[in-house]
Amino acid sequence: MTVLTMPAPAGQDTALRPVPWRRMAWVTWRQHRPTLISLPVVLGAVAVFLWIAGLRIHHNYALLTACHPFSSNACQTLNSNFNGTDWTMANTIDIFMNLAPALIGAFAGAPVLARELETGTYRYAWTQGFGRARWTIAKLALLAVAVTAVAGAFSQVFVWFFQPFLGQESLTLFSATVFATHGIAFAAWTLIAFAIGALAGMGIRRIVPAMAATLGAYTGLALATWLFLREHYPLALVTNHPSINPAPFSANDSWVLSTWYTGPGGKPASQSTLNQIFALFPHNGGGPRVKETLAQEFAQHDITVWQRYIPVSRFWPMQFVEAGWLLALSVLLIAATVGLVRRRAA
Amino acid sequence: MNVIETSDLGKRYGHTWALRECTLTVPAGYLTALVGPNGAGKTTLMNMCVGLAVPTAGTAGVLGGQPAGSPAALDGIAFVAQDAPVYPNLSAGDMVHLTRNLNRSFDRSYARARLAELGIPLKKKAAKLSGGQRAQLALTLALARRPQLLILDEPLAMLDPLARQDFMATVMTAMADDGVSVLLSSHALAELERVADYLILLSRGQLQVAGEVDDLLASHRVLTGPAAESDACAGHFRVIQARRAAAQAHLLVSTGGTDPDSGLVPPGWEAHPVSLEELVMAYLRAPGGAEPPDHSLTRYNEPREVAR
Repeated sequence: MTVLTMPAPAGQDTALRPVPWRRMAWVTWRQHRPTLISLPVVLGAVAVFLWIAGLRIHHNYALLTACHPFSSNACQTLNSNFNGTDWTMANTIDIFMNLAPALIGAFAGAPVLARELETGTYRYAWTQGFGRARWTIAKLALLAVAVTAVAGAFSQVFVWFFQPFLGQESLTLFSATVFATHGIAFAAWTLIAFAIGALAGMGIRRIVPAMAATLGAYTGLALATWLFLREHYPLALVTNHPSINPAPFSANDSWVLSTWYTGPGGKPASQSTLNQIFALFPHNGGGPRVKETLAQEFAQHDITVWQRYIPVSRFWPMQFVEAGWLLALSVLLIAATVGLVRRRAA
Repeated sequence: MNVIETSDLGKRYGHTWALRECTLTVPAGYLTALVGPNGAGKTTLMNMCVGLAVPTAGTAGVLGGQPAGSPAALDGIAFVAQDAPVYPNLSAGDMVHLTRNLNRSFDRSYARARLAELGIPLKKKAAKLSGGQRAQLALTLALARRPQLLILDEPLAMLDPLARQDFMATVMTAMADDGVSVLLSSHALAELERVADYLILLSRGQLQVAGEVDDLLASHRVLTGPAAESDACAGHFRVIQARRAAAQAHLLVSTGGTDPDSGLVPPGWEAHPVSLEELVMAYLRAPGGAEPPDHSLTRYNEPREVAR
């Protein structure tokens, strides 16, 4: 074949200075202005609503906790208001909070690349001097940071709003729908949803299917985390003195992962003995007398109660573990997206 | 310098080769017409030259041997894809600013002057521009980058005759003023016949002809003579297309570099020059068009060797 022996053209510097990264700030802002404006506006409006509603709810809660005697009619009215109307609203908003990252991923993440591919503008964008890999990195990084920051700030308003309901309806910080919306988890889940959206958009190349795929993939990941993954974060403790709560039936703020019993000599307690003891307490009530009696019964039969649990003091370490792997996975997904952009041919 | 050099370039989508075994060079300073019917592989070839598509086989070098899609190549080549894609929700002024931000060099005053001259308001959204205005906007953005090579994919398809003329005038001015080389694809040769000075002809994913227009015209002839002797006559030349009308035969032949007006023309036959359009149509209609029988004769711009 023809051997190409063309001399390098004169004046062509071999190491071109690339177009500066900061130029992408305006590009990203201008192209994604609808997202970058509407997301803070929508979440800001919800935050204002939460603040107004939250003031009333905090007030109601303060009245309720200060109300004596609890059995009086006035207190019962306060109680039904708080556990009825207020709780219904808070629960609805909590469900919305759990869906919000998926929606942000679908509406802000999926179209970023899918729109370019669907409308053909990638043929403009990817042939400019900036280079398509750098263009993708800059765009996704800026948008990811913006979306995550807005979501993180918003979730702090929600955390304040939701405070009175922790401890109600057996909700703790470790409840599935609470853990993901508190601390830094909400921001991290928003980030992963955005990254899933970007990858789906690049992989599927159509906006609507990519949005659907984002919702599906996010829901799958969130469910898998709630049901299987979160309890395996390496932060659980084991105790044979469940002093936090001697009864195995309920725990206050800690997350009890499993409870088991050993008899004399460390062997598993005989099931018939356990059944005998539990038969004494037909109702899983938790009065102090019941717990005391239960403890006595266990001691009498030389049975030790074991618990694997995550103390509430480890809420933040749990948050960091969750946010950590979500962040790592997000970076991985964005890297995969950039890889696809680099390789995927028209 | 060659603005494009491809070697055995091929691209396969699934089981179909959109382009295969394409070896060609396009020297700098020409307006090169890339011609072929729909689906001939023109867009595929262009996409590989601008780095949008990755070759399945072979290599594509641009601007004197830079790999296609490399930073230097992106910097020196401006590409206007088919249908002149611009962001519909951005205004013409935004598109100017966007392109300026995405490139190392950008002549903003040129872009603004051109748009003013064309009567395209800077505030108007790209979605509201006419097809002709959109094509002119895309071309202006490309030229304001001051590229060494301008690649235009079917730029005239969406334009009316008047807009075609305006568009080509802009291209020709840029060539004259800045010495930019141009590669322009079209499925119709009519608008390009008078302006193109280099021709690449693709058909069904294969290179048919590549060469300077003047050379191509000089090395092809229409021979007219008695139909009965046409087979004997065809023995001397490569026949691209043969038409027989009653007693007369018209053979469009490639003289393969020999002087067509020398004594090779058999007695009783007349040789006439061909027009570029005749030549293109002959190659596209040729029954063996997908597989030229003799590669050494069709590829004028490479050394005469058949390394196959």
